[in-house]
Amino acid sequence: MILAYIQNFNGKFKKASYEIASYASAVAKMAGTSVLGVVLGSVAEDDIKGLEKYGVEKLIHIENANLTPFDPKVYSHVIAQIAEKNDITGFVFTNNNEGRAIAPRIAARFKAGIVSAVTQLPDSLSPLTITKKVFTGKAFAKTVVKSDKFVLTLFQNSYGLVENPVSMSVESMDIDVPAPAIKVLEQNVDTSGKIPLTEAELVVSGGRGMKGPEYWGPLEEFASLIGAATACSRPVADEGWRPASEHVGQTGKIIAPTVYFALGISGAIQHLGGVSNSKYIVAINIDKDAPIFEAADYGIVGDVHKLLPQMIEAYKKMKAAEN
Amino acid sequence: MKILVLISNVPDTTTKVKFKDNEFDKTGVQWIINPWDELALTRALELKKAAAGKIEKVAVAMVAEKDGEPTIRKALAMGADEAIRVDTKPKDSYSVAAELAEALKDQDFDLILVGLESSDYNGLSVGAMLAELMGINSVSAVSGIDLDGDKLIVKREIDGGYEKLDVQMPFVAVVQKGIAIVPLIPNMRGIMQAKRKPINVVAAQNIEPLVEMVEYELPKPKPPVKLVETAEELINLLHIEAKVL
Ligand SMILES: Cc1cc2nc3c(=O)[nH]c(=O)nc-3n(C[C@H](O)[C@H](O)[C@H](O)COP(=O)(O)OP(=O)(O)OC[C@H]3O[C@@H](n4cnc5c(N)ncnc54)[C@H](O)[C@@H]3O)c2cc1C
Ligand SMILES: Nc1ncnc2c1ncn2[C@@H]1O[C@H](COP(=O)(O)O)[C@@H](O)[C@H]1O
Repeated sequence: MILAYIQNFNGKFKKASYEIASYASAVAKMAGTSVLGVVLGSVAEDDIKGLEKYGVEKLIHIENANLTPFDPKVYSHVIAQIAEKNDITGFVFTNNNEGRAIAPRIAARFKAGIVSAVTQLPDSLSPLTITKKVFTGKAFAKTVVKSDKFVLTLFQNSYGLVENPVSMSVESMDIDVPAPAIKVLEQNVDTSGKIPLTEAELVVSGGRGMKGPEYWGPLEEFASLIGAATACSRPVADEGWRPASEHVGQTGKIIAPTVYFALGISGAIQHLGGVSNSKYIVAINIDKDAPIFEAADYGIVGDVHKLLPQMIEAYKKMKAAEN
Repeated sequence: MKILVLISNVPDTTTKVKFKDNEFDKTGVQWIINPWDELALTRALELKKAAAGKIEKVAVAMVAEKDGEPTIRKALAMGADEAIRVDTKPKDSYSVAAELAEALKDQDFDLILVGLESSDYNGLSVGAMLAELMGINSVSAVSGIDLDGDKLIVKREIDGGYEKLDVQMPFVAVVQKGIAIVPLIPNMRGIMQAKRKPINVVAAQNIEPLVEMVEYELPKPKPPVKLVETAEELINLLHIEAKVL
């Protein structure tokens, strides 16, 4: 079986949870086997039920007070016990903070070769062969796992949701959950309801060409109009024009939205390292020779300050015409 | 308290990546400390400086053949007290982590700082793997570490925010953005002192890798950008052609 670790976010599933189920189901199909989903912690009943739509045939759901706070050693110990009692050939995790904290521990525990941040299905199984990005996107490597078992972590948003309805059995299991060795002293979570950058389908990002923090109004207006998250280049975050959490690139967040709007961003290699997985890059830059145009799919050579208000109007007009 | 920082030897991030005979072509490449590791080391040295006497030493460790030593010297010039080099070519995350687990068996580091990923093969794995092999705790997504008396306070990024943690030592911290802002630049004195600092060379176990990269490919040139004149054309293209708005 293929074990999919299905992460919950404060008791709820997000797109990433269903995406990993979809991906596991496709890998299982290639391997001629089925998916064993693992959910740790309490999750709303309806959310659990929703997994059925994405090909999870068997689900092991463990609830235990020792599962909070998140301790990677405890989680991997629990997942390992589940794996030992089932015939697991491969493990899949989401390549986010939590997945990356557990997956390598599982790989070490089972002496299973790990391939991280994959963006597609394996080319073949036995031996598992899969292509992944290396050198921060400057090349691709065909990678072969030589061990019997494998571990994959899936780059978020790269596979998407693929429905594959099945009927799912939910089981619990008697399992040893050790006490966490981590104590939370303080927690700080943004409750503004804004779309988290790493999950957004649309991202509007500003660079030094925006001139200063006081010019961000139209950018934010455009973003909220189209339902996008906002991002920025590193110097913009360094200058304090925008919060550090918006900084994308090699030393910031790595994102893969459907559309990335690069406004007044030159397109330095370190910047592109964080956004080159976007399906479409749309660039607005006053300099026709800016490197961003080599990475972009669509663009306008022009002044972002003039163009942003026009984009807002054009979008409204387009939506009005649609209705 | 003793701190170890793992450092990976990687090509400068502006290197034009080429392959020859299906291997990375090292001709003319400048080698650097992996950027995350440089920031991790910076933070370790800041802590040592701020808390006089609390931190006995900051060591660095690298799995590399002799050609990794110039990069190790850079870490020593930044201010690391000593270095361990496990003498073998790094093959995959598992073999690197397993070599290190063996080399560190009789050491007593309280905190091991590891970078989020190496900028060459983007394995994203060594830190948590090492913790599992050593049977110790690990925290990932670490964006800050502070000392409060004798205690380490670890800042961890979580969905939509962060939390501050007290983690039972010894542990591995996998660090990312925020751990330090600008890397420490070695001064002349540091560079001179580095020449006399010990690099402890440890024989390798020659652990077999579990993963092998068999073929490389450069990204295909993408079709040229479609440039339009007006905002209206752009929005319409995104709506009608790309179907994303
Ligand atoms: C080790 C390292 C790591 C790095 N990591 C990152 C990273 O993670 N993320 C990152 O972003 N950078 C990173 N950088 C920095 C990177 O090299 C660039 O310096 C940075 O991305 C440039 O930001 P920018 O495009 O906003 O600014 P600039 O390069 O100054 O570009 C501004 C652009 O705006 C255009 N412009 C000016 N006025 C207008 C106008 N009115 N309308 C339209 N366009 C206009 C200009 O033509 C120009 O192209 C890193 C650098 C190093 C050395
Ligand atoms: N050869 C190596 N020697 C020492 N540390 C390494 C080595 N390779 C990777 N690391 C450490 O592991 C981190 C993650 O690397 P990786 O898992 O290879 O992406 C790096 O930032 C380093 O801290």
